Amino acid sequence: MSLKLAAGAAAVALSVFAAGGAGAWTIGFSQVGSEGDWRPAFSANMQETAKDYDVDLKFANAQGKQEEQLRAVRAFIAQGVDAIIIAPVVVTGWDQVLQEAKDAEIPVFLVDRDVDVQDKSLYVTRISADFNLEGRLAGAWLAAASKGDCKIVELQGTTGSAPAIERKKGFEAVIGEFPAMEIVATQSGDFTTEGGKKVMEAFIKSTNNLEGICASFAHNDNMQLGAIQAMKEAGLNPGKDVLMVSVDYVPAIKDKLANCEANASVELRSAVGQYIYPVVVDYLKEPHELDKWIVIPSDLHTANCTSS
Amino acid sequence: MTDVARLPRRRDRVARPGTHRALWPLLALAVILIVDGMISPNFFAIRIVEGRLFGNLIDILYRAVPTALVALGMAVVIGSKGVDLSVGSIIAISGAVIAWRIHAGDPHFVILLLALAASVVCGMWNGLLVAGIGIQPIVATLILMVSGRGVGMLINLLYGGTDPSFESALLQGLSTGHLWLIPTRLILGAVLFVALWLVIRRTALGLFIEAVGGNAAAANLAGVNARLVTFAAYVICGLMAGWAGVILTADTHTSDPVSVALYIELDAILAVVIGGGSLAGGRIYLGMTVIGALVIQALTTSILISGLPPEYNLIIKAVVVLFVLVLQSDNARTRIGQIVSGGRR
Repeated sequence: MSLKLAAGAAAVALSVFAAGGAGAWTIGFSQVGSEGDWRPAFSANMQETAKDYDVDLKFANAQGKQEEQLRAVRAFIAQGVDAIIIAPVVVTGWDQVLQEAKDAEIPVFLVDRDVDVQDKSLYVTRISADFNLEGRLAGAWLAAASKGDCKIVELQGTTGSAPAIERKKGFEAVIGEFPAMEIVATQSGDFTTEGGKKVMEAFIKSTNNLEGICASFAHNDNMQLGAIQAMKEAGLNPGKDVLMVSVDYVPAIKDKLANCEANASVELRSAVGQYIYPVVVDYLKEPHELDKWIVIPSDLHTANCTSS
Repeated sequence: MTDVARLPRRRDRVARPGTHRALWPLLALAVILIVDGMISPNFFAIRIVEGRLFGNLIDILYRAVPTALVALGMAVVIGSKGVDLSVGSIIAISGAVIAWRIHAGDPHFVILLLALAASVVCGMWNGLLVAGIGIQPIVATLILMVSGRGVGMLINLLYGGTDPSFESALLQGLSTGHLWLIPTRLILGAVLFVALWLVIRRTALGLFIEAVGGNAAAANLAGVNARLVTFAAYVICGLMAGWAGVILTADTHTSDPVSVALYIELDAILAVVIGGGSLAGGRIYLGMTVIGALVIQALTTSILISGLPPEYNLIIKAVVVLFVLVLQSDNARTRIGQIVSGGRR
């Protein structure tokens, strides 16, 4: 454990003090960690696109620990960077360090998750995707694809997590506009393939082989991939008998979209540098008041097959 | 599968003439299934779909296999007065080995052996820490528990790891295939159960583990090599978890070290306890542990088909487990019996 900590601290120290090329703007970026597929892709994109905006990016990986993140942010302040970008590990505990940044007159931008601070002037803005929008987009696609008449089974993400709550809310907001659209069964598959498969197996039995079910909405692709397997093992045709819509657009769902076992996936963009850097650089050139939340638009990918 | 249960050893007959200890967990299982039947009208229906038996009851058996395998290994370790918290990590590591070697193009039979070998190495590591160095089992196995999933992720990185999904006729045949209508994993589970039962009950090893678990010093004085026996218990537990890892990884066609079999160690410990095992060690009940795993899976399946919001899942599980454990408690039963029978006693 202590070994892991030491390694993490060393990694932070190295990445913080490794001076990059000479860009016009020096920006410190404190990333949560490198869990899953999405976040490493996000980090890589931030590092790759930095030079396009004349930015010298100092990257610090917090290894999922807030104390590492606070250290990294304080190191950025000590170095006198032009701006700090934080992808917060957790929402709380930020007042002190953000005040230190403000006192040093270094603007702070949030990406991905939100922070919970008393004084909203402690950060310039938050630039991130909107989970609620992802849910609405999935719902809107399904409403169009089913012509507003659809009984839906839902695979929820981890109970109580922000993406699960917001994707569900957004989806329900849209299908609520259509009287013949209804979620008939919903359970948590914990964002995992294993969980999605188990839940779909149970749904298949409790709905008599998904009789009358027109769609499966999963809060992420991994659960949908599990659901697709469960349906195939039960002799059903996912993508044809039942419309499959999910969120994330991971590599494996691309294959399923290609062979029509999935119908639509809302992309959680990892290539977000093109949305983040312009906002930060414009602000540095000429500081001005910004909305507290700038939404990165979601994209929707659909299968290119004729539904029969 | 209840061979062990049907042949109670002498101490059990002495302890409780009349009722058998299998009665209460079986009763709990029956109650859960009856409630399911009331919630879902077609609950007990079994059909043949895609050439195999298909239905909720089959699902319960099918989904219980990995938990039961892990719980059987856990029963052995708990019998030695230990505990293995790292079983979920061992599953993650064996799964990562499978995805890695499949991408490397090894023959799939070799991959199966490599995955199991990796789990044995994990078991040996735990055994070394507990029996060799003498670290408390809960701390020793915690080390692999916290680091194992990271090891799995590192193994995935060996081939890039961006898309760790795979297809394997052999491994998926073992996990999701079927043989004469019966899902292969049930057959595999039964074979492994019998093999473990033979090792534990038809050799002296089971007796030695129970002796060490009951009183290590006394066992040592009686000439049992307590360290070696404890070491063996962790290796067995690692191997059983490895088999569960093969089944779970082939089931989802992907290696997902972060979340595969999350919290399975808790379900496994629970299955052992529902099966009448004591964390104080000294007893191994294999057949009863399987019943414990079935109780847990029946409960999970019923929650999924119940239609209740997922926020209630864990609460319902906790309440039912508490109910089962109260049923098992001699003290509680005697008290309830007195209340129910009123003046008759």
